[in-house]
Amino acid sequence: MLTVPAPAPLTAPHAASACAGSVPLEVQRAVEQFLYRQAELLDTKQWQGYIDLFAPEGVYWMPAHPHQTSGDGEPSIFFEDRNLMTIRMKRILHPRAWSQKTQWGTSHVVSNVVVESHDAKTGNVVCRSRFHMLEFRRDTSRHFAGSYVHRLVQSGDGYRIGLQRVDMVNGEGLYEYVLQAWV
Amino acid sequence: MARYGINELRKMVEPDRVHRSTYSDPDIFELEMERIFNRVWTYVGHESQVKKPGDYWTVTIGRQPMIMIRGEDGEVHVLYNRCPHRGNLLIGDRSGNADKSVICSYHAWQFNFDGSPKAIPLAKGYEGTKLDPAGAACTIKPAPRTASYRGFVFASLAASGPSLLEWLGPAKVAFDQICDRAPDGEVEVVPTCFRVLQRSNWKFFLENQLDVAHAVVTHESTGRAAAEVEEEVRARNGSAPIDYHFLSGFTMPLGTWDKMTTVNYPAGHSVLEGYMSLRPQDPISLDYEAIMKSRYGEKRTNEILDTNIHHVICYPVLSIQPPLQQLRAIRPLAVDQTLTELWHFRLKGAPEAIYRRALGYFNLVNSPSTMVNADDLWNFRKQHEGLCSDGGEWVSLHRYAGQDDEANGVIRTRIGTSEAPLRNYFKAWVDYMTAGN
Repeated sequence: MLTVPAPAPLTAPHAASACAGSVPLEVQRAVEQFLYRQAELLDTKQWQGYIDLFAPEGVYWMPAHPHQTSGDGEPSIFFEDRNLMTIRMKRILHPRAWSQKTQWGTSHVVSNVVVESHDAKTGNVVCRSRFHMLEFRRDTSRHFAGSYVHRLVQSGDGYRIGLQRVDMVNGEGLYEYVLQAWV
Repeated sequence: MARYGINELRKMVEPDRVHRSTYSDPDIFELEMERIFNRVWTYVGHESQVKKPGDYWTVTIGRQPMIMIRGEDGEVHVLYNRCPHRGNLLIGDRSGNADKSVICSYHAWQFNFDGSPKAIPLAKGYEGTKLDPAGAACTIKPAPRTASYRGFVFASLAASGPSLLEWLGPAKVAFDQICDRAPDGEVEVVPTCFRVLQRSNWKFFLENQLDVAHAVVTHESTGRAAAEVEEEVRARNGSAPIDYHFLSGFTMPLGTWDKMTTVNYPAGHSVLEGYMSLRPQDPISLDYEAIMKSRYGEKRTNEILDTNIHHVICYPVLSIQPPLQQLRAIRPLAVDQTLTELWHFRLKGAPEAIYRRALGYFNLVNSPSTMVNADDLWNFRKQHEGLCSDGGEWVSLHRYAGQDDEANGVIRTRIGTSEAPLRNYFKAWVDYMTAGN
């Protein structure tokens, strides 16, 4: 079973703490660049590169409901450690992954990046952001949007994701077809 | 609508092949709504979805918007989601609590949770009119029939017909198995319903559930990917999470699938026996067995846990997997659109670790990020589009036809990949479609 430390419950963004001065500009910029690069890896289908952004114990989590504070012991849309993510990648890349045999692609836009906390000693960061994602699949477009919360751990060569929480505004809706890759 | 007479309908289904129009023709779908879905018992929900008076879930039965609501009397009521005044939907969201009464957002007509009128504003305006404020014209119409078995609530839009248990027949085992596997003898729903739209006729879903031969083909990619990672993890850590097997199981050779049995009953109900290991012997399972034995005794526990069922089809509305506590309800929306609602349950009195297995299956197989159903859904869509083409008129159901064991109307397959379940579904389909009104 997957076990991960429960992420702290979401709190309202503290506008004051995000004001210039509280978070060094270079941290803000590094976090933004990290998020943009992550989105680009998805949109260019560089699956291994995407997985490698996660820390060894890192988890990608999309709760089933916005009120959830942990995926541990509760239903999730995604709740994947690197091993499960690797299964997903290998499946997508398998020559007989039938549903992959149609043209499809995504385009993410990530914005509204707020650094919620920054530990000056470790460099670890908690940040939230908003995304819009358009998926095209066999002549049909679908639009997903929502928020990300990233717990980023500073490693020797940049950030790694300890936990990424994804809440889609339309996540509890009716799915016309399913999600095959991470959002 | 009168295009199809009884004889035309009968001609569409032969013992070992069916005409494509049974899947693709909108007129057939209209007839199915009338003759099948307006008559059968449809799964509404589980009683534990509505614990307190006023708790409700909305659901579609046939084409009818319905409410399942817990009454002040503790009973679960199934009502039309329609205000008797001007026809508004009374409840506009999927679930919630109605607080003190069901109130219409149009003119504030208020109703008790059993549908009876509670307060009608501007009462003076009805004095001397033909409207009876206590009569049917001021009452939310109930489903013609509602029945519950072991906490699973069904409703039928037909005022008469077989009782729920008569209709379920041997498929009742689905609910007995799922509940008996709980040390407390009942299950509780986990209130997360994933809903996925299938761009195909409803029949493909039911067929796929018992089409043993598709698994190794359709799910090869997921099976191989999971088996590779499972092996790596096992080499690294000595063991791999049990969840991986839900995916890697698809690498079983066809010969193993052929050893499974389907049992096909009258009215289309069917059971798939075998597949997952029947009595796992890991510490979690043994712990659970010990609790079961302390509640049921050794003999009864063995009876319950040795019952060899992977899943049960209650034709044409439900698929239930008792050993993994999963339920999929099918709601046909149009000839080429089918809604599936996916649920799972907690065995009351069982250790948390047993729930985690059901959860693992729900997350990996039944969630909207499924690596399994993704390829099934893709097939369903392609099947539907293919059968709408003029490239052929008939659909083959020949595999192992005539080689199954049949006794007393029950067909037991000798070979797992026999298409007997599909042939049996269509026998039931013809019976429904040609039955008199």
